[in-house]
Amino acid sequence: MTTTERTDAPPAPIAHAGGRPLADAITITWRNLVNLRRNPMLLVFATIQPVIFVLMFRYVFGGQINIPGIPYVDYLMPGIFIQTVTFGSLQTGVGLADDLNKGLIERFRSLPMTRSAVLVGRTMADLTRNLFVVTVMCLIGFAVDFRIHTNALAFLAAFGLILLFSFSLSWVFATLGLVIGDAESTQAASFPILAPLAFASSAFVQVSTMPGWLQVFAQHQPVTAAVNAVRALCLGGPTATKVLQALAWCVGLVAVFAPIAIRRYRRI
Amino acid sequence: MRVSSAAISAEDLAKCFGDVVALDGVSLEVPRGSVLGLLGPNGAGKTTVVRILTTLLHPDRGRASVLGIGVAEDPARVRSMIGLAGQYAAVDENLTGRENLRLMGRLTHMEPRTIASRSDDLLGLFDLTEAANRPVRTYSGGMRRRIDLAAALVHQPPVLFLDEPTTGLDPRSRTDLWGVIEDLVRDGTTVLLTTQYLEEADRLADNMVIIDGGHVIAEGTAGALKARLGASIIEIGTHDPATATAVAGILDGMGRIELEGTTAALVVDDGSSVLMEVVRRLDAARVAPTTLALREPTLDDVFLTLTGHGAVAAAPDPPPTARRGGSGKAAP
Repeated sequence: MTTTERTDAPPAPIAHAGGRPLADAITITWRNLVNLRRNPMLLVFATIQPVIFVLMFRYVFGGQINIPGIPYVDYLMPGIFIQTVTFGSLQTGVGLADDLNKGLIERFRSLPMTRSAVLVGRTMADLTRNLFVVTVMCLIGFAVDFRIHTNALAFLAAFGLILLFSFSLSWVFATLGLVIGDAESTQAASFPILAPLAFASSAFVQVSTMPGWLQVFAQHQPVTAAVNAVRALCLGGPTATKVLQALAWCVGLVAVFAPIAIRRYRRI
Repeated sequence: MRVSSAAISAEDLAKCFGDVVALDGVSLEVPRGSVLGLLGPNGAGKTTVVRILTTLLHPDRGRASVLGIGVAEDPARVRSMIGLAGQYAAVDENLTGRENLRLMGRLTHMEPRTIASRSDDLLGLFDLTEAANRPVRTYSGGMRRRIDLAAALVHQPPVLFLDEPTTGLDPRSRTDLWGVIEDLVRDGTTVLLTTQYLEEADRLADNMVIIDGGHVIAEGTAGALKARLGASIIEIGTHDPATATAVAGILDGMGRIELEGTTAALVVDDGSSVLMEVVRRLDAARVAPTTLALREPTLDDVFLTLTGHGAVAAAPDPPPTARRGGSGKAAP
């Protein structure tokens, strides 16, 4: 390229070339949150399903499930929190696939903006949505007699961990949505991944009640790690190792899937 | 290596999607301030050319530049100087028209204080002021196309790519949009326009490049392309295809004859003098045509002659994944 000779100098670009990572990510987050506000039904549906889970497990199955030493609702709610954000993370992939389908991603990619901003903005908006959904779930939990056995600080840490976990899973489904590239297919493809993660875990029952082969999976997957940590923070008992394990999963998921998703976005 | 002084320059572009050859050596130049019409049937490779020139897709071969800047070398610079609208670039349906324009202003890193006034100006220019605060999902097809084009113009790009900007629009909306594009060109914007409507290219484009099957098959001004075909066409309509074939036989030797259904078309250089001879020959053969017309060739005739099929005909669309370039590499 050193021999390049220009017949005349290119004009100064009118728009600012090159990215402004933070500003771009904030703009895209804003855009996704406006979308959420214009579709309040999405938020309503995002909360109805976990509310039904709370009521169902609390009042229908709860009587049959015995957890030694504590009321089932106290055992259940940390599981519900994590299960809720686990299923909710699918929305990140569905939203991205939808943008891809409608040609919005094509337009974003033709702009002089930071490329990762579309993904960061999407996951940040989903984090904000989860903040709302988890708050609602907490209120519902308290209404059905869920009690914290530790203290407010530990509960706040649990709350933060739930949000961090949701953010990490968002990157997994961002990758899936970009690879599949179609909202409905992304939704369909997500369920076989989400169902075993959410149910073959310690979210609703103790893993020790499962058959041995399933225990192997259930003990070594991210949802169990997150549920155990949140449960320890809410109910007490040995906590540090569980929280570290959950944090390791969060960091690991982002470290693996964020680069894959961003790489995939660049190459669409 | 020489960097072109043209606003848009492409040299020997080639691109495959798996086994499908989308482009096989396409070159074109668009001088500053002019409009190039890129024509071709569905699947000819028009969108692939646009996607390469707008940095969305890496060509397998060849090079391209916009305002002298290599698309592969400095895609960020190129993106700051282009606007893209049309088929696949879209706006956010849940945002209002005004919000969409402001979103574009922010993402192109305009001065915050100019974004609002620029957005309002464009809403006025595209007759969308009244609908400015409504979500785009409530817009009609024509309004959607206008806000889509406006979104591409927020940062006042000196080079504009329009990929089938009026496909699916009613004639009124189409004419309105043409007027806006003409105004932009008058103000110095360089435009590359793909279209299936030859009338659109005829009205807007200074030059045309016709591609088919990934190759450039003709280029030049509309006038030059039409002249290649001959000065005029005499169309003889008959009752049935057999008669049309017979007419072709009767007129043999007078010029190139094209048969289409019940019509025989004779392409000649001097229509009015040949017309008398045509009438004499038909009369002598006792063939009475249902219609007889002398007309100028249209771009449709050019297209039909060059590609063997009409502008909107034949070749199937590539699969959506190929269009989006699912298997392709894009610029970083």
